[in-house]
Order: sequence, then C-alpha cells, then structure tokens
Amino acid sequence: MSASLQEDAHDLGAARRLPPIAELVMASMSCVIAGGIYLAAHLPQRAPMGPAVGLLAGGAALLVAAGALVSSLRRFAWRIFFQVAGWAMVAYVVIAGLLEFTFVYDHTRGSLLVVLTLSLVVFALDIPLLFAFSVARYQDPDPA
Amino acid sequence: MTDITSAAPGAVAAPGAARLQVQVVPVWGLPIVGVALAGLVAAVGTNTLWGLDFFHVVSGGLWTAIDLFVGFIVGPIIGRLPVPARAAFSARFMPKMVLLMPTLVICTLVAGWQLARHEGNILVSNPNHGWVVASMVVVGVMAVIAIGFLEPANLGVLFELRKPQPDGELIDRLMRRFIYTAGITGAMQVATLIIMTRIAT
Repeated sequence: MSASLQEDAHDLGAARRLPPIAELVMASMSCVIAGGIYLAAHLPQRAPMGPAVGLLAGGAALLVAAGALVSSLRRFAWRIFFQVAGWAMVAYVVIAGLLEFTFVYDHTRGSLLVVLTLSLVVFALDIPLLFAFSVARYQDPDPA
Repeated sequence: MTDITSAAPGAVAAPGAARLQVQVVPVWGLPIVGVALAGLVAAVGTNTLWGLDFFHVVSGGLWTAIDLFVGFIVGPIIGRLPVPARAAFSARFMPKMVLLMPTLVICTLVAGWQLARHEGNILVSNPNHGWVVASMVVVGVMAVIAIGFLEPANLGVLFELRKPQPDGELIDRLMRRFIYTAGITGAMQVATLIIMTRIAT
C-alpha cells in the first residue's frame, strides 16, 4: 500500500463513522442467548414456544440487518474481514456443533430442537461477523 | 512479523526497534484444544459422572481464576505499563488467550449442563433450579461482554501489532477496553463462585 493511501486510510478511519454493526450483532447474540436461557429454565416441561421463537426471529432479523450494513460498506478491509471471519467461523462451528451434539444426545426433539438449532446457527454466524468487523474496521481498506 | 519502530507519531516504539513475532492463533496449541474437546465429547458420550465433574470443575475453576487474575491482578499492572511494554506483553499473552478461553468456556458449559442434567439440578422441581438459572443468566451476560468487547479488543490489538507501524493510541485504547471488560467479567465471576458453591453445598 502506498504511503498516500495509508495516510488516506488513517484519516478515513479517524473521520469515518461506521454503521452500528457491532451493536446490532451484540443485540442479536443477546436475543438468542436469552431465548436459550428461557427454554432451559423451563425443563423438563416444554416452555411456551412463542417467546423463544420471537427472540430467535428478532436475533435473526438483527443479524440480517448487520450483514446488510456490512455488505453496503465501501472501501473496507475485506481481505482481513474474510480472513478473521473464516477462522472464527471454523472455531464457532465446532463450538456450536458440540452444543448441538449435547442437545441431540439429551434426546431433545421436535420444535424445541429446531428452535435451539436455529439459535445456534444465528449464534455461530453472529460471532464471526462481529470479530471480523471489529478487526477490519481498524485496518487499511483494500486498494480499489 | 511485526516491525515495531518509533518512526511515526503514535506508533509503538520499542528499544532497538525490536521485531515482535505476532501469531494471532498459536497453531501449536490447536492439537491440545482438539484433545480437550475430544475428551469432552467422550465424557458426554459415556455420561460418566467423574468425567463430567472433571471437565466442569477443572475448566470452570481455570476460567474463573483466569478471569479474576487477569481482571484484578494482571489488568491493573498492564494498565500502568508504557505502551511499548503493553504491546510486547500483548504480543505474547493474547494469542494464548485466543485459544485458551473459548476452550475453557465450552468445556465448562457443556460439562456443566450435562452434570446439572445428571444430578437433576435443571429440573424445575429441584431446590437448586433457581441457582442454575441464575448461573445461566450470569454466564449469558458474561458471554455477551466477552464476545462483544473483550475478544474483539484482544484480536484488534493482535492485528494492529502485525502492521509495519502499529498505532500506539489504538493499542492503548483497545488494551484499556480489554482490561476494563476483564475486570467486569472478573467481578461477575464472584457471582459464579457464590452460585456454584451454593449448588454444591
């Protein structure tokens, strides 16, 4: 990267206000965690699914909104973004897989398993997006 | 490889322009993580009380102790160090945390959940049920803080240190965030200690 582009990127980083992507992802993560706690707190009875589905839908909507905002960014460090997102995805797919294994092993079935699995999917997408954005925002944008 | 010099304003200066090797994910640690996770799966799969107890107590104890130690002992010390010293410390300390903490957290949670199920503590009718739910809430809040603030700050410092001329001000800001959030999660771990000792008594 040329010196002028580096300076430009530094100025850009200092002056540029990025959309509230991290905040949206954290809100999404909070929704799915709250939904998981809500369901777990009712065991062995089956909790009314409405609140859990609502929290899951809210979490998914916030994730989609965050993803849309990220994809609309111009002049961003996409190479670093995808590098971090890739590694974080590998790590959190393993973690989500372990949790899913536990649910299935415990004979969780039906709509409860569907909601928990989808919550894990949202969670496993939230974290790579959050880490990748948080790192890439401080990096020099990719050359045009 | 990161070249740390004092050439630019705000850049991290190191005596003799020492070069720091910054590896974000220590590859040598991955097999150790793999063995720990394989052990966890075996403990869950065989549903052995000792195995679940081992993973929950060892991982949870380390998680709690490290959070308290970093939040209240290491954090304030780092906070008083000059920025180049913080950078040098971070370059060696933070990559290990990238692997260690998620591994401890997942081992604690999975083994803890299975243990609570095994012992009946998750049942609404169990007298410990309220404490178990309280622990889930504490862990949920800690997860949001750790994933939302602490780990991004950790990664941000590591990636900044990989630049030819790291921005000292940015590293300082991110390190402060890391230290404050480590302190908050450390304080929340006190709640975990109270809850877990109540359940075990």
